[in-house]
Amino acid sequence: MPKPVIVSLKSISRSFGSVRAVDNVSLEIFAGEFITLLGPSGSGKTTVLRMIAGFEKPDSGSIFISDKDVSQLAPYDRDVNTVFQDYALFPHMDVVTNIEYGLRVKGIEKSERRTRALHALEQVRLSGFENRKPSQLSGGQRQRVALARALVNRPSVLLLDEPLGALDLKLREQMQFELKELQRAVGITFIFVTHDQEEALTMSDRIAVFNQGKIEQLGTPAEIYSAPQTAFVSEFVGQINKMDMDGARINVRPEHITTSKNAHNLGRSVNGVVRDIIFAGAITRYLIDTDKGFSLISTKALDALNVGDPVTASWEREREFHVQK
Amino acid sequence: MIDQISDSLHKRPRLRLTALLSAPLLWLVVAYLGALATLLISAFFTIDSFTGNIVQQFTLTNFADMFTDAAYRNVVLRTLGIAIAVTLMCTVLAIPMAFYMAKVAKPRTRKLLVALVLTPLWASYLVKIYSWRSMLEPRTGVVDWLLGPIGIHSPGFGITAVIIGLTYLWLPYMILPLFAGMERLPNNLLDASGDLGAHNWYTFRKVIFPLLFPSLVAGSMFTFSLSLGDYITTQIIGGKLQMLGSVVYQNFSINLPFAATISFIPVTIMGIYLYLVRRSGALENM
Repeated sequence: MPKPVIVSLKSISRSFGSVRAVDNVSLEIFAGEFITLLGPSGSGKTTVLRMIAGFEKPDSGSIFISDKDVSQLAPYDRDVNTVFQDYALFPHMDVVTNIEYGLRVKGIEKSERRTRALHALEQVRLSGFENRKPSQLSGGQRQRVALARALVNRPSVLLLDEPLGALDLKLREQMQFELKELQRAVGITFIFVTHDQEEALTMSDRIAVFNQGKIEQLGTPAEIYSAPQTAFVSEFVGQINKMDMDGARINVRPEHITTSKNAHNLGRSVNGVVRDIIFAGAITRYLIDTDKGFSLISTKALDALNVGDPVTASWEREREFHVQK
Repeated sequence: MIDQISDSLHKRPRLRLTALLSAPLLWLVVAYLGALATLLISAFFTIDSFTGNIVQQFTLTNFADMFTDAAYRNVVLRTLGIAIAVTLMCTVLAIPMAFYMAKVAKPRTRKLLVALVLTPLWASYLVKIYSWRSMLEPRTGVVDWLLGPIGIHSPGFGITAVIIGLTYLWLPYMILPLFAGMERLPNNLLDASGDLGAHNWYTFRKVIFPLLFPSLVAGSMFTFSLSLGDYITTQIIGGKLQMLGSVVYQNFSINLPFAATISFIPVTIMGIYLYLVRRSGALENM
């Protein structure tokens, strides 16, 4: 049974001056999924999100939310809520007033408002902070308040615009996990924008990779990572070695290259010398200068290697991505 | 030589501070507070009605005169009313203007508008008021000539003309702080409010206005205090209208102590105003 579509983008485009920020993008988003719009800055992902929210209007094409054409509707007439990149909390209101804002606009009666706001605060594990001002909170706490302020309205779609960008690494990893948990618990569709491919791979049910205003590839994290369809996707998502061999450009991920002092061949191999060994905790990266004139990184060594050792690097042919130059 | 000076200054932080602040402090104490003190003291002196000389003897007669004469009470209330009206008019005109400049206009238009707001400040006060005089001149003025055919007539010289003139004069002092405040207001707060379901008017009342309040207070301190002390505009386009400033001005040459007593009133009003502003907490966010 196909999942119901909740947001549908039909050939939307948007230009800023002479720059075509979003170029004829079509995308169907299913109810209850966690979808990530991934891409470098300027790739159009944020503009797509802002068009779904209603802050920007498409020059052409249309946007449907729950089968209703909302292309020309103002943000306040759309059943979506946004978590902003720098939180956008109202600085003159305390935490609970911030969270109640959307409910107050809708004219929901005071006691229910308070109950729902406190419940939302509990969901983001910030109970007891209701009377703080945003300026008295840490970045991670503001993030949670922003999340609660959006979720309390029970939107059918939650839009998240690089919400973890300003947090430090540890906190970001923890929030990634919590966000995913929260999404499962509330069952709301999450549309998440990020430029961080690791974040996208960790959290998403599906990823749409954006480049120059277009979707390069749409698929599950596993598909995006293991079977990139374009050179851009293979290079943007995960680490990759870009090699010019036999007149073609071949991309291979570091973990698929096996390095050994002994000659071996899994399908294709090159000889070279270990230039550097970079220890990075769980993995070790071996930087190898090959005799074909390029360098590559391998994370799989069969022997104990030292800098200066002559080695053979080899990989299976099915691990190669062939890229049109 | 210069090295030695900077070395010795580096070792003596107190000397450094003295060098930094002596000139402005001297100015503040002598020229500003000194003059104010002299003014306030002379308010308690009186004048010999026969010779016209100032009698340097402490007396409260000036204050008694001021509080008992209903004419002065009327002048105070009228001046206060004018200052409030001017401040309100400036606010109503400046908010949309500042909003347009900060949030709607493209960067090039924005620069042009800032320049346009500033330009009148370079022109002489007198020139501007005299041009309003020729605008508002009954029958022969520009307003009557231009708008008379569609039934709009100049209010003539009087309180309305003074409010118009002062609003015109002080409007830039309201637009500029509001513009600065509006520029500091992050766009995404407006987006967030709309996203949470608020229409524009609701966003204005609950988000824009409260965050802009400190700027509004800053602007109003100019429009209010400048209106409170004005005496030239009243003379030129006010007809027979008397404001506090003009009463001070008229008494200045004939009864200096009494003029000083009258000038107590705007100083006191501004003091109360600043106290209220402080209590509202608006200055804490500036």
